[in-house]
Amino acid sequence: MSAGWNAFVIGLVLIQVLGALWLLMSLTSNPQDEGEGDTTGHTWDGDLKEYNNPLPRWWLYLFWLTAIWMLVYLVIYPGLGNIAGSLGWSQTGQYEEEIAAADARYGDIFAAFNDMTVADMAAEPEAVRLGRNLYLNNCATCHGSDARGARGFPNLSDGIWQYGGDPAVIVQTITNGRIGVMPALGAALGEGGTDEVVAYVQSLSGAGSADPAVLAAGQQKYVQFCSACHGATGQGMAALGAPDLSDDSWLHGGSAEIIRDIIMNGRQNQMPAQRDLLSEERIRVLAAYVLSLNAE
Amino acid sequence: MADSKSYNDGVVRQFAIMTVVWGIVGMAVGVLIAAQLLWPALNFDVPWLSFGRIRPLHTNAVIFAFGGSALIGTSMYVVQRTCHVRLFAGPLASFTFWGWQLVILLAAITLPLGLTQGKEYAELIWPIDLLITVVWVAYGIVYFGTIATRRVKHIYVANWFYAAFIITVALLHIVNSLAIPVGLLQSYSIYAGVVDGMVQWWYGHNAVGFFLTAGFLGMMYYFVPKQAGRPVYSYRLSVVHFWALISIYMWAGPHHLHYTTLPDWAQSLGMVFSLLLLAPSWGGMINGIMTLSGAWHKLRTDPILKFMIVSLSFYGMSTFEGPMMSIKTVNALSHYTDWTIGHVHSGALGWVAMITMGCLYNLIPRLYGREQMYSVKLIDVHFWTSTIGVVLYIASMWIAGVMQGLMWRAVNNDGTLTYSFIESLQATYPYYAVRLLGGALFLVGTCIMAYNVWKTISTGERSALQPVAEPA
Repeated sequence: MSAGWNAFVIGLVLIQVLGALWLLMSLTSNPQDEGEGDTTGHTWDGDLKEYNNPLPRWWLYLFWLTAIWMLVYLVIYPGLGNIAGSLGWSQTGQYEEEIAAADARYGDIFAAFNDMTVADMAAEPEAVRLGRNLYLNNCATCHGSDARGARGFPNLSDGIWQYGGDPAVIVQTITNGRIGVMPALGAALGEGGTDEVVAYVQSLSGAGSADPAVLAAGQQKYVQFCSACHGATGQGMAALGAPDLSDDSWLHGGSAEIIRDIIMNGRQNQMPAQRDLLSEERIRVLAAYVLSLNAE
Repeated sequence: MADSKSYNDGVVRQFAIMTVVWGIVGMAVGVLIAAQLLWPALNFDVPWLSFGRIRPLHTNAVIFAFGGSALIGTSMYVVQRTCHVRLFAGPLASFTFWGWQLVILLAAITLPLGLTQGKEYAELIWPIDLLITVVWVAYGIVYFGTIATRRVKHIYVANWFYAAFIITVALLHIVNSLAIPVGLLQSYSIYAGVVDGMVQWWYGHNAVGFFLTAGFLGMMYYFVPKQAGRPVYSYRLSVVHFWALISIYMWAGPHHLHYTTLPDWAQSLGMVFSLLLLAPSWGGMINGIMTLSGAWHKLRTDPILKFMIVSLSFYGMSTFEGPMMSIKTVNALSHYTDWTIGHVHSGALGWVAMITMGCLYNLIPRLYGREQMYSVKLIDVHFWTSTIGVVLYIASMWIAGVMQGLMWRAVNNDGTLTYSFIESLQATYPYYAVRLLGGALFLVGTCIMAYNVWKTISTGERSALQPVAEPA
């Protein structure tokens, strides 16, 4: 804050507090001339009158106590403009101290697994238990507390992986997040062409029924527009996060209507990066838990 | 009788009746959203019945429709009686009434439609904001015009509070609602980022301070001594607590933004000034309760006084709780929990609604030339129904809030959180049920009052105009 605003804030605070105390003192009467029962002499609306009783002592002391407490607080803590306060306290400082204290206290618990591989940790009950706690705090909101996902949020326990189930890949996904993009093909395929591709895609997992001519036309368009990412047989491509279309597992739903919408309008899906929220050690423990869900 | 020789009570009657009507509407919407928190299916998948849209409808209806009608109506009654003059600019007073009802009607249409500028307690879109400004200026002219033409030298204490309420609400409303329209239904605030947050809570907390506190203290300062038949306890206490209250309240807003991007110094000032506000707030409670000093026996027989004294007790309790919750370490636990909801309702139901009800029971018979309300027994029934309702409401929200705060900060021995948010929500369900019961009881009480008011007004002759009293 600039020097001018700083002076303004300090000045206004002091005028406010000292003004209130001046008012309080000027209306605090001498105990000698305190008399109850006298009104101010004014009358309104027939019978409205006012006594002029002295300020109750306990109330007076309460007022003074809060004012003194306030002034002491403003010496110790920030409040008077740019003056930092004698303790040097700040909320950022408090946050950093608390994080440092938590790291000192809990860091070793996770670092204990540093010399184990993620795959080994997935078979280690203590690592899995810790990983589950991290999962419930950080992942359950989207992937569900049972890790079975929801529409648009992958099931993490079914052995089906968008980007591959290798431990290193899971760590990578958690650390840096993922952005999955399916381009909109409605303009290229047209209404009729899209219907043909939908029929063909459904047929890859044995669903839907359409006449061979439609499927052949769909396949032709599939090869041209889709196979570069989803593969010639619809097996998908983990490196791009392009889903397997032949396994009858559908991230966004497998009805003709939904598949049609995705082909026409595309999809963008995001898994947020956790690297700023979780330490490297914690991410390994978390990956081990996710892996353990797919053990059988 | 010449017109200028009688009080203008027509507009007061209109506001008094609408206070009862809007009270029932606002509280009924409150009961509905309380039920939705327990049974989410009660929004019936209808967008305009969804919680996010009708929660602001509830707050606007109880604060501005119910509270606003009560404040404007009683202020127009009180200012005439204590200035010994007929209301200034009668047509403008009528305009204030119809304008205010139009604002409420527009709010009731736009909020369920999802039209909002997204500021809590200032949700209404810019065209309605402009209408509010015009109506409020008209109200100010009526009120201050009456003060200016008064026939007594001294301005009675109730009027100080009403005046502070009118001036400050105008200031708050205009500054916080400044926005650039980009169409009839949409606008963007001229403030950005944390400044927007600070202006919003400067507004938000002073809406509590001046709408829900100063205004109702004005009401209290007229009707409590009238009902008790006793002089106000201490003139000098009213001087100190008035000036301290209205000046210190202005600083308290930042306590809504603890541990946010608001700079540390501003957070600290919000906190220390909130604590300094404790004594000035209690000044009003002392002056109200001690007015009964020497007439305590009346509490046994007069349910109207019970309403007033219990409302002052809730006022004292919530103005103690508020400063405590503004302390950073307490706030770290209480913020974002249902404790806040409990705190607000101990003020809104316990203080604002109950002092209003006490005052209405004093006001209605006088407005319609009756000896007293149709049934004093029903006032007593109403009193106990609403008192039990408030206690259930705030006790359940206290427990729920502290429980939520503790659950959210509980950690396992590996540093991870013990509970997910949904677990804390599940644990809150029983308290949501108790809260619903408390709110429903309070609504039942208001309906009892409506019946009593109806019978009071409809039985008997239509009363004559009341002559302006000569100054003493």
